[in-house]
Order: sequence, then C-alpha cells, then structure tokens
Amino acid sequence: MADDTLFSEVLDPANRADPYPIYARLRENPVSPQRDGSIVVSTHAAIRSLIFDPRLSSEDLPPSHRPRTGNLLKDWLLNPIKDRIATAHRPLIFRDPPDHDILRSVVMREFTVARVQALKQRVVRDVDTLIDACRGRDEVCLVEDLSYPLPVAVICDMLGVPEADEPQFQIWATQLATALEPDARHDQASRHRTVAAFDAISGYMRALIREKRRHPASDMLSALAAPGPRGQAVMGDFDLISTAILLLVAGHETTVNLITNGMLTLLRHPLELDRLRADPERAPRVIEELLRYEPPVHFRTRKALGAIEIAGHTIRKGAPVILLFAAANRDPVRFVDPDRFDPDREDIQHFGFGGGLHYCMGAPLARIEAEIALVALCRRLVAPRLMVDPPPYRPGASLRGPERLGIGINGIAAHPT
Amino acid sequence: MSAAADVGIVVVGASLAGLRGAEALRRNGYAGRLTLIGDEPHRPYDRPPLSKHVLSGELAPDSTELPLLVTLDADWRLGHAAVGLDRVARNIRLADGAVLAYEKLLIATGAQARPWPAASGGALANIFTLRGRDDAARLRAALARGPRRVLIVGAGLIGCEAASCCRALGLPVTLVDPNPTPLARSLGTWIGGVIAECLKDSGVAFHPGAQVLRFEGDASGRVVRADLADGRTIEADLVIVALGATRATDWLRDAGLMADAGGVTCDGACRAVASDGTATGDIYAAGDVARWPIALYGGRLFSVEHWGNAVAQGAHAARNMLAPADDQHSYDHLPAFWSSQFGINIKAVGLSEGADSVAIVQGSRASRRFLAVYGRAGRSIAAVSFDQARWLPAYAEAIMAGSPYPPIREASDQGLFVTTAPGFPPPRPAHRSDEARHG
Repeated sequence: MADDTLFSEVLDPANRADPYPIYARLRENPVSPQRDGSIVVSTHAAIRSLIFDPRLSSEDLPPSHRPRTGNLLKDWLLNPIKDRIATAHRPLIFRDPPDHDILRSVVMREFTVARVQALKQRVVRDVDTLIDACRGRDEVCLVEDLSYPLPVAVICDMLGVPEADEPQFQIWATQLATALEPDARHDQASRHRTVAAFDAISGYMRALIREKRRHPASDMLSALAAPGPRGQAVMGDFDLISTAILLLVAGHETTVNLITNGMLTLLRHPLELDRLRADPERAPRVIEELLRYEPPVHFRTRKALGAIEIAGHTIRKGAPVILLFAAANRDPVRFVDPDRFDPDREDIQHFGFGGGLHYCMGAPLARIEAEIALVALCRRLVAPRLMVDPPPYRPGASLRGPERLGIGINGIAAHPT
Repeated sequence: MSAAADVGIVVVGASLAGLRGAEALRRNGYAGRLTLIGDEPHRPYDRPPLSKHVLSGELAPDSTELPLLVTLDADWRLGHAAVGLDRVARNIRLADGAVLAYEKLLIATGAQARPWPAASGGALANIFTLRGRDDAARLRAALARGPRRVLIVGAGLIGCEAASCCRALGLPVTLVDPNPTPLARSLGTWIGGVIAECLKDSGVAFHPGAQVLRFEGDASGRVVRADLADGRTIEADLVIVALGATRATDWLRDAGLMADAGGVTCDGACRAVASDGTATGDIYAAGDVARWPIALYGGRLFSVEHWGNAVAQGAHAARNMLAPADDQHSYDHLPAFWSSQFGINIKAVGLSEGADSVAIVQGSRASRRFLAVYGRAGRSIAAVSFDQARWLPAYAEAIMAGSPYPPIREASDQGLFVTTAPGFPPPRPAHRSDEARHG
C-alpha cells in the first residue's frame, strides 16, 4: 500500500531543506493518491503527458471570499461584487483557455527579446553595485544583499513601477505568493490576508495605470495599458491589473530562489564554483542544471475537469492534481544519476520553468539575471564558504528557497575585467 | 562487411529524408563508404519556408540550406539525377552515364510538382509551379516585379500559403479550385470553410467549384488569361499551378519494384517491395516517395509529403539498413503536418481521409482558434488545430491509442460539441486516392 501522506511530509517545514528523499518515495507511484483526495504526479513521463492534457485546469483556486465586516452594504452588495470580479479576473496563471491564451499573448508581445536584452546592462550594473556594497564585511547575507533586491529592481524597471514605492508592496507580494502554497490556500486567515493584499496592490496598480495612460513611457505597463489599434485597451482594466500584479509578484518571489539556490549549490560543489569562476561561458549550462537540480518552483497545482487515464491510474473528475516538477527533474528513468549536480550533462530537459501552456513567461529574464549574478558572485567573493548548512528556509514548499544564506568571505575582489 | 567498405551505401535523393537518413547511418556507427546523389545542384535545403518566407521575400532562397547534424564524410553527387536502377547488378545509372554500385540503397527521391500540360497552355511564360528552391527563386522574382493579378490554381496547402503571401505583398489574387472550399481534400469542407473566410477577409477572389481548361497567352508567349470550364475567363499575368505532386519514381520504371507515380511501396520496416510482392533486403525508401502500410489505419498504404515524416522515416530506414534481417523495427509513425497562412498556425496529426465526422473539441470555429477531431466509425483518427497547437500532443496520444471519438471530453475551453460531416470531396481516380498532399 502506497503511503498516502507523503505529500503532507513535503509540505512539512521540517523537510524543506531536503525534500528529495520524499520525492523519490513518491515517484515509486507516478500517480499517488493522497488521503485528502489530491493526486500527486511525480515522474517525468507522467508530467510531460499531463501538461499537454486539456482536461487539466489551472482554475483551481477557491473563489475569492471577503470576510464579514458587519457593514451590511459591504457584506451584501459591495464585497460580493468585488469577490466576483476578483474570481473572474484572476492572474493568468490561474486561468484556462481561451482567456489565458489571449492575456498571455498580449504579455508575450511585450516580453520581447529587445526588452530583455535592454535590461542586461542594468543587471550587470546592479549586480556590481550590490556586491560593492558588501565591501569591508566578512559575511554576505545573500538573500537581502543581492538575491532579493536584484530581481525586484529589474521587474520594477521593466514594468515601470517606481522603485521608491517598492517597500510598500514587499509584504503584499509575499502574501500573494502564498496562493501557490496548498497549506495557505486552505487557511482561512491567510486567505483573508491575501484578499486584503490584493485589494491594496490593486489600488496601487489602478492609480499607476492611470498615470501611465496620462504619461506613457517605454516601460511594459505603459505598453499594456496603451490603446490597441482599434482604440480600445487591449486588456480590460481588471485583467490588466491582475496581470501587472502577477508580473510584479513573480519578479519578487521566484528569481530570488534561483539565485540563492544556485549559490548554495555551487558552495556545496566547490569544484563547480571554481570552474564557473574560471570560465563564465559555463554559466548557461550551470543555470540549466540548477533549474533541474534545485528549481525555484517545485510544484504547481491543477484540477481534473474530467477523468484522466495515466500511468495505469485514473485521476477522477474534480480531483486536485499536484504536478511535482522538482521530483520529475530527479526522475532516474529520465536522467542519468539524477541526484548528481552535473552542468556537463547533455540531456537536461527539465521542468524548472514548468511546461505546457503555462511555461514561465519570464524565463529569458530569469536566465539572464541568474547568469550575471552567479558569475559575478563566483568571481568577486573571495574564498566564499557556507556559514550554516542547511540554511533556514522560507515557508513555501512550492516557491522553495533559503530565507537567509550567510556566506563567509575574505573580502570582495575588484570588479573583474 | 568488407564489400560494404568498397561499395557502400548509396542514398538517392539529397533532400530532407536523404540527408537525415545519411546522418542516421553515421550516428548508428556506419563507417563505410557513403554516397549521396541529388538531381539538383544544391546542398540539401528545407522546403517549408519556400512557400512562406521565401515568397514573401523575408528569406533568400539560398538561405534555406539544412544544417548538417553530424559529420557525414560522404561522396556528394549533386546535379546528377539517377535514371535507372539495376537490382541484379546492384548498381545505379546516373544521367551523365556514370554507373554506381551499391551494397545497400536508400531511395529518397521525393516528389515533383504536377505541371500544367503544355497542350493547354502550360508552356506559356509566367506560369510557375512551386516545389524546389529554384522554383521559389523564379516565382519570388516574378512576384517582385509586381504582376497585375496572380492566379493560383489549386487551393491545397501550397496554393493557400501562396495566396496568403501574395496578399501580404499587396498583390491582387484569384484562387480557383474544383472543390467547394480550400483545403477540402486534407481537412474537409467544414474546416476548409474557415480558410475560405480568411481568403475573403484578406481580399482573395476565391472561385470554388471552378476548373481551369486552358491558359491563353499574348503574342510574346506570356500568359494573359485562363479559360474556365463554365465559360468564364480570368485575366492574370502570373499563374501559380499548385496541383500537388507526383512521386519521383520514373527512374525505377524497369527496376522490378512496386513503384508508380503514387510512390515506392514499402513494407512496415521501410524495405522496398519487389514486383513479386516480396520485400527486398537491400533497398529501403523514405520520405515523400515512400508508400507504406500504417497499422493504425488498417494497414492501408499511404505516402505523405510531410516534413516530420521525412525526418523520422529517413532515420528509421537508416537504422534498419544497418540491422540484421531478423531485427527490423516496424515504422510506427503518426503523420503530422503544419502550415501557416493568413496569420493562422495550422497543425494536424493523423490522417483524416475517410473520416465520417468532425467535431470542434476546444475553442470555436467562429474565433478561428480551435481544435477539431476527425472520427471514423466511432474512433478518433485525426486532429487539426488552428492556433491551438499546444493540446495537440494529448490528441495525438489518444489517436495512437485508438481512442473512441471524440477522445477527450470535459476539457478546458470546451463548448457544446458541434459534430458534423467533414465534407470530403469524393476520392480522385486511380492510385491518387492514397496521397495526402501537404506542404
């Protein structure tokens, strides 16, 4: 009898530092029903098949529900309307076709190679400035010194969000990102905090969009808010706001883990760190292997719209489905010696950015940021070493990464030529 | 195989199937002599862009060369068509009189555009077919000169892609086809009707149910008009004849193989079949020219002009060529093709021929973003997507598994099933019914 509580062990913060042995046990049953009725899918073959299955829906968030306030007008009229709007205009990662495809294509039209390339010089500059700021110290706190501020500055720049406003939505972003965590989803208090954060950030975005329409700039939000060829906005305002929030939150909560997990992995594999320092051209290989070995997003949830036969199992209609990408990335059937960190492996088709129609839109940007950051860290931190291993982790089981990463150093090398 | 070292493997046909086949031979460890024969002087090039980016001028015709994926170390005989095969002497005769011995042979000669008969005006200037790189270069040059009106005969994939390109270039276009809609033969008239709407929206004058009898020229021998069977005439100073292709098998006429304009008949392992019905052990075929039994469709023989088939079959035949006779893998390939026209990305899997029903299973016909499945006797046999290719793998899997029709219910973006007759025209006479014509 398969263990039907394994996924609760994945969610258990005690296992955050090393969930991989649990993943290995889950993979023994590619499709593992859990006691709560959800289905965990953990092998590469099963996930690859499911991400292209139209019966798997991303509209699995419970409907928005605001808490009672005691104010009758709010409780019986205004808030139910707000709830319906919020539910109908979820960010596109929680939407299915055709809405998803329309919104995504609008964003992708703006997520151009030119836009990403234009940010490259800025990333280089920011990374150097952030590392320079650590001069004179004998320890770098990677998350607060670099992994967090870098992607935040970059996404603000790209979207056209004034960086000075950033501190006020840091907490909102962290709260909104819990929408990806099953535990938080089922926690009433947390859901109410999410609604409050969404309302607050929506208000901010609405004002910002109004400003962008008055004074359009070259940023992405101006482009998304601009009228289309036929005069009307390309996206409705509710969708525009939820899309802008999604991009902002994703910029806050994912790349931070890629960079921190990356440095942690390199410090655990000093030979690889040395090789990257000696040969920055290795960076793309290192990043791809990191996306397989220690991905920033470990799983995403779905809902089965109909019964699905897969790997000898039937996923019943209505079942919550967990696509455990990080487990598929370590599937020994798919990858030789999967638990070995090996940037030189030839076969590296990972799910580090998910897959199928919800494949990460920001992948090119994340790759550039991680490459530049990791190369600079390897080249400029003198004699870097882990202070605590394993480090303390952030609460998320899906968006998984260290809360803090102390790196002892013997100084900061000059900017490499 | 000491003999192989002296004589080696000969690949006739230096296009996609031949090249990928040759590469697979090397990848599978074949170290002997390898010869590639091509009738065109060009290195292997990619055809799909010819009717799209090359016509529109975005890509130069000579920028279509295919990348070499492995070091071939081959003897290239380009610009020399094979004209005869002697299976007893095991050699091939080339147009220049040269005779090449082979130990094993891969036939990958592809197909040639069906030309317009000279007797009814086919020899006039400014009448083009579109198959090879030189065709595309000539046609592109003629389009760039700004013809007053382009007439395209045949609304299959090539005809429609050409119409789409010509409209994008701002050229007036008339398209004629004997069927009620474009793409009727490959997708049926119900789905083809969507493209008919696109033609209308983009300003193409489409004449369904029309048949060209002959072309007429001016004193200098340039085409000026087409006479239709119903008595109408269409003025045009440039004509694209897009009537599909015949398999390049003329050179095999006396070879004692089952080969005709419909292809070289193969067994399930890509081995060419001799006239007496037995599979040869040393001659294989792949790509457009090969006609093989597809188990999924009751073992019927099909030849398909699909890019993906050329790649997969070339590699598969190569693998079998190097394997002993008792270790021949059967070729289980689900045909698939794509097209882009009028801003729509069309992708299809399976063979829709003989379908008795079609249903939109996701999206909607009105939005021109949809996925449709074809059924035959309660089984799903093919699927086509218009700007909805992402789900196609799930449907391909269902088709391979012989799932009931329609295979997937309760999908996202699924309205009420609209099931209707696909509307295929009656099959063409003789062997031509077994062709699937695609670009």
